[in-house]
Amino acid sequence: MLYLNIIVAGLLTGAVYGLMALGLSVIFGVIRVVNFAHGEMMVVGMYAAYLIAVETGLDPIAALPLVTAGLFLFGYILQRGLINRYIARPEHEQFLLLLAVATIITASLLMGFGPDARNVQLDYAYDSFQLGPLLLDKVRVLAALGAVLGVAALWAFFKLTRTGKAIRACADNQFGAEVVGLDVKRLYAVTFGIGAACVGAAGCLMLLLIDVQPYIATDYTLLAFIIVILGGLGSMPGALLGGLLVGVSEALSGFVVDPSLKSAFSFALLILVLLVRPQGLLGRA
Amino acid sequence: MTRGGLLGLPYRAAVALVLFVAVMLALPLFVSGYIVSVLVVILFAAYFGQAWNIVTGFAGQLSLGHALYVGLGAYTSAALFSHWGVPPWIGMLAGIVVAGTTGAIIAALSFRFRVGGVYFALLTIAFAEFTRILFGHFNWVGASSGLFLPVSSRAGFDLLRLRGSPVMFYYLLLALTLGGLALSHHLLRRRIGYYWQAIREDEEAAQALGIDVFRYKVAAMALSAAMTSVGGAFLAFYENNLYPDTVFAIGRSIEIITAPIIGGLGTLFGPILGAFVLTTLGEAMTSLSSDFAINGLKQWCYGAALLLIVALQPAGLWPWLRARLGIAEVRR
Repeated sequence: MLYLNIIVAGLLTGAVYGLMALGLSVIFGVIRVVNFAHGEMMVVGMYAAYLIAVETGLDPIAALPLVTAGLFLFGYILQRGLINRYIARPEHEQFLLLLAVATIITASLLMGFGPDARNVQLDYAYDSFQLGPLLLDKVRVLAALGAVLGVAALWAFFKLTRTGKAIRACADNQFGAEVVGLDVKRLYAVTFGIGAACVGAAGCLMLLLIDVQPYIATDYTLLAFIIVILGGLGSMPGALLGGLLVGVSEALSGFVVDPSLKSAFSFALLILVLLVRPQGLLGRA
Repeated sequence: MTRGGLLGLPYRAAVALVLFVAVMLALPLFVSGYIVSVLVVILFAAYFGQAWNIVTGFAGQLSLGHALYVGLGAYTSAALFSHWGVPPWIGMLAGIVVAGTTGAIIAALSFRFRVGGVYFALLTIAFAEFTRILFGHFNWVGASSGLFLPVSSRAGFDLLRLRGSPVMFYYLLLALTLGGLALSHHLLRRRIGYYWQAIREDEEAAQALGIDVFRYKVAAMALSAAMTSVGGAFLAFYENNLYPDTVFAIGRSIEIITAPIIGGLGTLFGPILGAFVLTTLGEAMTSLSSDFAINGLKQWCYGAALLLIVALQPAGLWPWLRARLGIAEVRR
C-alpha cells in the first residue's frame, strides 16, 4: 500500500514534468531547434509566480494564466527576434546561441533575486485527501490537475484551431507550408511562444512542489530532455508518458534506493531507451 | 601561396607559430604567479578543446559530455596513485585505456543503433551525468566527499610524481597543447583525417564512397576520449582534489566545447585562440564584477559576449583573425 501511495505521488508529479517537457517537444517537433534554455524558462515562470504571490498574495495557480501569457510573449519575441535567424544553421551554433540565452536568463535572475532558495507559503501546503487507502497531497493533486488541463488545452489547440493545424502543417513539411502561403515565420514564433507558455505554466505548478533558485534550471533542462527522448521527440502523448514514467521512477528510486540516486535511474532509463528504441517509446521511426 | 620549408606550413603560419611558442616559453619569467595560474587554466581549456575538436570539429559528431573523459582520466590516475602509489605517468596510461574504451563503447552503441545528431549529443550528456552520480556513491574513490592527493611542497619540481609548482604544470601543459596541435595537424593530412571530414560534410556520400563510416566515427570518439583523459590526469595532480560534482559537471562539458566553437570549430588553432579569449573574458568579468559586487553580473556579461560572438562571427574567431594576419589556411 505504501508503494501504491508512492507511485501515485510520482504520477502526479510526473504530470507536471509532462507539461514541461511538452513545451520542448513542441518546439523541436516544429522548428527542429533544441531549446537548451528550457529549464531556464521554467525557472522564469517560477519566479514570475513567486513575485506575483509576494506582491499581491495571489496563489501560484491563480497567477498561472498571467504567467503563461507572459511567457508566450517572451517565447514569441525570442524566436522572432533572435532564434529564427539560426534555424538553418549547424547544431553547434544553435547550441551556443541557446547556451548564451540560458546564461543570460540565469544571470538576470541572480541579479534580481540572488542565489537563495525562495518559496511560496500556502495555507493548504500540508492538506491531503483520503481516497480509500490512498493518501494524496493536496498540492500535488492541484498541480497534476493543472498540468492535465494544460495538456488538454494544447491538444485542442492543435486539433481544432486553424493556427494549430497550420503549425502541424509546418512541422510535416515546411516547404509545402510555404508553397500554400502560410506565414511560416509567424507560425514558428507562435510555436516557440506555445512551448514557452507550456513550460511557464509548468513552472507555476512546480512552485507548489519545490523551492525556486536560479541554479536549478540546468537540472530541469536535462530532465526535460530525458522525458522527451523517452517518449519520442516531437510526440505529444510521448512527452506526457515520459513525464509520468520519470515521475514514478524518481519517486520509487528515491524511496527504495536513495534520493540522491533518483536522477541516475532517470538517466539509465534514457540510455536504455536510446539504445533499444532510439525514436522513443511513442516516436515514429 | 608562399611555402616555407618549416614544418610543412605556409611561411606566415610558421612564423606566427614560432613567435607564439617563443612568447609562451618566455612568459612565466616575466609575469606574476596569478597570471601563471590563469595561463594554466587557459592551457587546460585549449588542450581539452583540441581533444573535443577531433570528434566534433573533424568528424562532425556533436559530443556534449566530454567531462566524462576528463573525470575518468583524473580519477583513474589519482586513485591508483593514492591507493597503491602508482606513478602518475603509468596511471595516465591506465586512464587512456579506461577513457578510450568507454568512448569507443558509447560511440559504438550509439552509431550501431543509428543514434545520430541531437540524439547522440543528448546520449553523451546522459552517460556523463549517469557516471557523475555513480561516482558520488563510489566509496573506493571517496564518493561525494571527494578524493584528495597528498599535497607536498608547491615549490618542488618532481616531474616523475607530478608534484610541483604551477610553473611546472604550465610547461607540461604547454607541451601537451603543442603536442595536441601537432597531432591534430598530422591527423588532418592523413587518410583518417580526410575520411573524418568526408563524414562530417556528408555521411551518406562518404558511405557510398566505401568509407567504413561506423569504424571511423568510433575511432574519432575513442581518440578524442583518450586525449581528454590525459588532460584529466594532469588536472587531478594540479588541483589535488576531486569531487564528482565538479569533475564530471555538465558545466565542464559546456566549458570544454565553448572555447573551440568560439575559436573556430574544426580549425587547428581555433581551440587555443578560443581558450585565450574565453578565459581572459571570464577573469576580466570576475575582477570587474567584484568591484561592483552584483550577483550574476559576471555570468550576464559572459552570456552577452557569447551572444555577440555567435551573432557576429558564427564560424569562430580564428578564421577571421587568420584572414587579418594573412595566414592562408593550411593546405590539406
